[in-house]
Amino acid sequence: MQLDNLEREYMCPGHVGCPGCGAAIAMRFVLKALGEKTIMIIPACCWSIIAGPYPQSTLKIPVLHTAFETGGAVASGVRAAEDIKGDSETTVVTWAGDGGTFDIGFQALSGAVERNENFIYFCYDNEAYMNTGVQRSSSTPYGAWTTTTPGQQWKRLRKKNIVEALVAHRIAYAATASIAFPEDLIRKVTKAKSITGARFIHIFSSCPTGWGMPSEMSIKIARMAVQTNIFPLYEVEEGIRYTINFTPKGYLVNEYFRLQGRFKHLNEKDLAHIQEMVDEDWNLLLRKAGSRPEIS
Amino acid sequence: MKQVLEGSHAVAEAVRLARTQVISAYPITPQTHIVERLSEYCADSTLAARFLRVESEHSALAALIGAATCGVRTFTATSSQGLALMHELLHWASAARLPIVMANVNRAMAPGWNIWADQTDSLAQRDTGWIQLYCEHSQEVLDTTIQAFRLAEWLNLPVMVNLDAFFLSHTYEPVDLPKQNVVDRFLPPYQPRFQLDTEYPCAFNQLAPPNIYMEMRHNIQTAMDEGLAFFDQVEDEFEDIFGRRYGSLEAVHCKDAEVILITSGTVTSTSRQVLTKLRKKGEKVGLLKIKLFRPFPLKAIRELTASAKKVAVVDRNFSFGASGIFAQEIRAALCNHPGHPLVYGYVAGLGGRDVTTAVVEEIYRLTKGNDMPQQESIWVGLHEVDHAIGQS
Repeated sequence: MQLDNLEREYMCPGHVGCPGCGAAIAMRFVLKALGEKTIMIIPACCWSIIAGPYPQSTLKIPVLHTAFETGGAVASGVRAAEDIKGDSETTVVTWAGDGGTFDIGFQALSGAVERNENFIYFCYDNEAYMNTGVQRSSSTPYGAWTTTTPGQQWKRLRKKNIVEALVAHRIAYAATASIAFPEDLIRKVTKAKSITGARFIHIFSSCPTGWGMPSEMSIKIARMAVQTNIFPLYEVEEGIRYTINFTPKGYLVNEYFRLQGRFKHLNEKDLAHIQEMVDEDWNLLLRKAGSRPEIS
Repeated sequence: MKQVLEGSHAVAEAVRLARTQVISAYPITPQTHIVERLSEYCADSTLAARFLRVESEHSALAALIGAATCGVRTFTATSSQGLALMHELLHWASAARLPIVMANVNRAMAPGWNIWADQTDSLAQRDTGWIQLYCEHSQEVLDTTIQAFRLAEWLNLPVMVNLDAFFLSHTYEPVDLPKQNVVDRFLPPYQPRFQLDTEYPCAFNQLAPPNIYMEMRHNIQTAMDEGLAFFDQVEDEFEDIFGRRYGSLEAVHCKDAEVILITSGTVTSTSRQVLTKLRKKGEKVGLLKIKLFRPFPLKAIRELTASAKKVAVVDRNFSFGASGIFAQEIRAALCNHPGHPLVYGYVAGLGGRDVTTAVVEEIYRLTKGNDMPQQESIWVGLHEVDHAIGQS
């Protein structure tokens, strides 16, 4: 890990994110790894607001705000234009939330990955439409309350596995990352930057406002998501070579769920069912990785 | 040099001659011949452009929004359903002040599935902030597409060049194909006023609160207003080099006309024939072709129709619950001017039905023979309809 990377700042103080916003933490780390030769496309998401209103911007790189479902397509156009201009040095990235990635932007993302467009797509995942006030997305996990899955209609469907969907495209590079593991995150961004073709980094980004928890819990909860296997850290090269980056210590999911207001309605039976699903997903991942997890 | 070109290929040749840098498109009948020809030009390096074969029309325009914000010359082509799918981003492109040029092949909206000529697709995008031009023949298509880049890049507004499905897109006509060095004189390389630049990082299209949004919208209208005069300037420059001009409006025998037919697109050509025939019979009839729909040349329309008693607007399009769309625009243009001609609205040729000389003559006869318009729109040539459908 090069420490001088970490000292550079491309995000100014004064952004308008909520206290403890995981998406703001994610942006800060990612930009440290990307550096100033970066053009960022931001489709509608929390960051459309966090970056600040006209005429201010909290980011020290050029930013193109775009329509909700266009992250993959606009980046394709920016890359094409930079190529035509003879600029191969600039890294083109899309920075989208889970709604803009898993749901409304999935078609454009799938198209861009199928065309192997030369850019990095970052999804900062806060597991619901947080900017509009906590409505469920296809990234919202099983068991969660949202304003559109209230009361006894809490979400009883699995979270879409976006990384596996993109791996099925044989994407050049796909990885999960977490704001609680900044060295791993920065290493993955640096690695992605060195690869040509379509790349995808899925960043678990806690949302104290939407998840019903104190702002100081953001990093702790993100760490627990990894430690419990709810959000395993791994990477996939060329859609084939899996590497698991963190081997958990066998923590159960209960504690993670009990710390968040969005899960407070779940009973022991529900939690046992969730534990089964998490174990099942983990075992599936182990099989894909050839059962040889790399311990970091 | 004159060549026999299909209307679609006239578009493609213009895009080649404009040295377009990024093209992005999704196939839809009857636009396909445009993008196929451009694909060939990119594949054999006749045109040094990047061609993005995207997965939808929505992404086609989204990709160009990205590319145009980087300061390169961009083009796409679509039609009907594809244009409708782009709707959200049509607003985006104009409000982001991007000089994207698009060819739209005017085709009917489904259902029922219909791939034939109808202007409702583009006229339904009236309020999206795009400059809209309607062409009559292949030479005009080629010339207008080249001019469109000048208009777009000076005004920082996107331009839509419209051509009728099949009657124009798939019809072969002799076209004077200009040489590259001559086009270069008219259309120099694009000099963007702003672009994404890592040396000078800016945020584009960010949150615009109420204290600034209205001014941004007013700026678009200011550019549209300027567009009316600038269109004439572009035509002057074009005429100096190529010896051709079309006008935002073309008035034929309007000065002494009692009835003026108002048309757009290929219906104009048919109407020219009718005009010649009726004039020979001594009828006081004129023809006003509308090429520029946005910005709408209100003042010129008032002046050119001022001495007529009646105008007959032929619409190959319709706004349900109201009337033909050109007719609405003409009524709005004239209403505050005492003594203006009566406006007779006619709907004809929807979904590619032929608008023959007989149809145009019927329109003239109905207009001349009625002292007042009988209704907002008369649907010409309607067949027997099963009236049970749609009744409650």
